[in-house]
Amino acid sequence: MREFGKYVIFLGSLFVRREKFKTYYQLVLDESIQIGVKSTFLFVLVATFMGAVTTVQTAFNLVSPLIPKFVISQVVRDMSIYELAPTIMAVIFAGKVGSSMAGGIGTMKITEQIDALEVMGINSSSYLVLPKIIASLLMFPLLVVIAGVCAIFGGYLAGTLTGIVTPTEYIQGIRSSFDPYTIQFALIKSVVFAFIISSVSCFKGYNTRGGALEVGVASTEAVTTSVITLLLSNYFLAELLLNE
Amino acid sequence: MIRIDHISKTFLDRKVLSDISGTFEKGKCNLIIGASGTGKSVLLKCIVGLEQPDSGSVSYDSRDFTHADKEMKTEIRREIGMLFQGGALFDSKTIEQNVMFPLDVLTKMKKDEKLERVNFCLRRVGLENINKKRPSEISGGMKKRVGIARAIVNNPNYLFCDEPNSGLDPQTAVRIDELIQEITAEFDITTVVVTHDMNSVMGMGENIMFIHRGEKLWEGNNKTLLNSGIKELDDFVFSNKVMKALRPA
Ligand SMILES: Nc1ncnc2c1ncn2[C@@H]1O[C@H](COP(=O)(O)OP(=O)(O)OP(=O)(O)O)[C@@H](O)[C@H]1O
Ligand SMILES: [Mg+2]
Repeated sequence: MREFGKYVIFLGSLFVRREKFKTYYQLVLDESIQIGVKSTFLFVLVATFMGAVTTVQTAFNLVSPLIPKFVISQVVRDMSIYELAPTIMAVIFAGKVGSSMAGGIGTMKITEQIDALEVMGINSSSYLVLPKIIASLLMFPLLVVIAGVCAIFGGYLAGTLTGIVTPTEYIQGIRSSFDPYTIQFALIKSVVFAFIISSVSCFKGYNTRGGALEVGVASTEAVTTSVITLLLSNYFLAELLLNE
Repeated sequence: MIRIDHISKTFLDRKVLSDISGTFEKGKCNLIIGASGTGKSVLLKCIVGLEQPDSGSVSYDSRDFTHADKEMKTEIRREIGMLFQGGALFDSKTIEQNVMFPLDVLTKMKKDEKLERVNFCLRRVGLENINKKRPSEISGGMKKRVGIARAIVNNPNYLFCDEPNSGLDPQTAVRIDELIQEITAEFDITTVVVTHDMNSVMGMGENIMFIHRGEKLWEGNNKTLLNSGIKELDDFVFSNKVMKALRPA
């Protein structure tokens, strides 16, 4: 609870005494490239395989001849959009980007680089953290969209190559009774997750004290704390947005 | 001139600084000396505002810094250059970007003006042709010198150096001391140097403050240092063989 209070104060400190807008613009751009471009490959890979596996598994479980084949791709579509793309990718995002944020900021803290910024009269928390949060808010939803498309495409490949479904059936399933609200839901989730992961990780990094050992601890904690928080918020978001 | 008045600082239940007062003069190298772990770095951090003292105040040329509002603090900080104990260079930036950084964020100078100033400062500390290298690719002594270049790039009025020559060979150490003295005289700034290196103390001790276990026990200069008559200071000063030979009978 005390930790949470400190976290709230930390978030507040991001918005006082900021630098010139242009400084942030450049920083956000750099971070976006760092976060976005460097994570794309992993996301594409994981999403494609998960789509493929979901297809095979679903087909394996739907043994009744009464159920039409196109239901398989319907399941893959909904699974991908609801959970695989936003939630599973968020866990991967926490592991890849969150831990490196915490490690990077933690290292800057223990080697007095943050003190050096402060001495120059710069608000180090907003200078270092705000661009990372903004870049995550921009890039993660984009990555989720890419992941969703890749998962559905992965399902298509697996389904058609193994002969579980025909291309026509798969496409038919993707199109039938499609609710555009699911995409909206996935995007809302991804924005919330991006905020949780980036802010929690930076918070953990920023509060590192000690030496290299503590930096390691901070980046591990960043991942566990943000994953737990995002899973909880995933549950509440589902309650909030899906149960009318 | 920097004045500190009755500064105390406690971490949890550990009293690190107790009631330290003194002045650091303009155009001189002011030294803070003392054994490891006596609170020199903490004192320096209190002076520049990285740590908030529990009581007492710091003023820069009679501007109260401790109780100043945010704008005033930022204004004073922009006149401060600081060399940290470990260099504190930004790993993700090149040497050139490191030294240019204060200019980027604090001034509205044009790109080529900034570059010229950066190159001037790097030459000033005896470093050339390393602009594009990263901090991980240069030696410890070079890092210290880059740190000095970054500290002086924005023409500070106040320069703080935390152990500028620890971990360096004697020759490089002397060169860095000389550099700091030259810069101080050249730009007529107030320089505060934390050190426990006796060479530096004898070489540039125009105004020395001796801290022992968080208390100020003595102040003076390198001429009065050897005859202080204070046991703790003598223990500190005459701990090595060379200094022992100089001990007055
Ligand atoms: N943030 C902090 N929290 C708790 N204790 C601290 C903190 N910073 C410093 N200390 C303690 O204050 C004491 C003085 O530390 P300081 O770094 O000022 O020593 P120093 O005189 O600079 O020594 P050295 O010459 O080795 O650098 C140390 O015992 C240290 O453990
Ligand atoms: Mg120290």
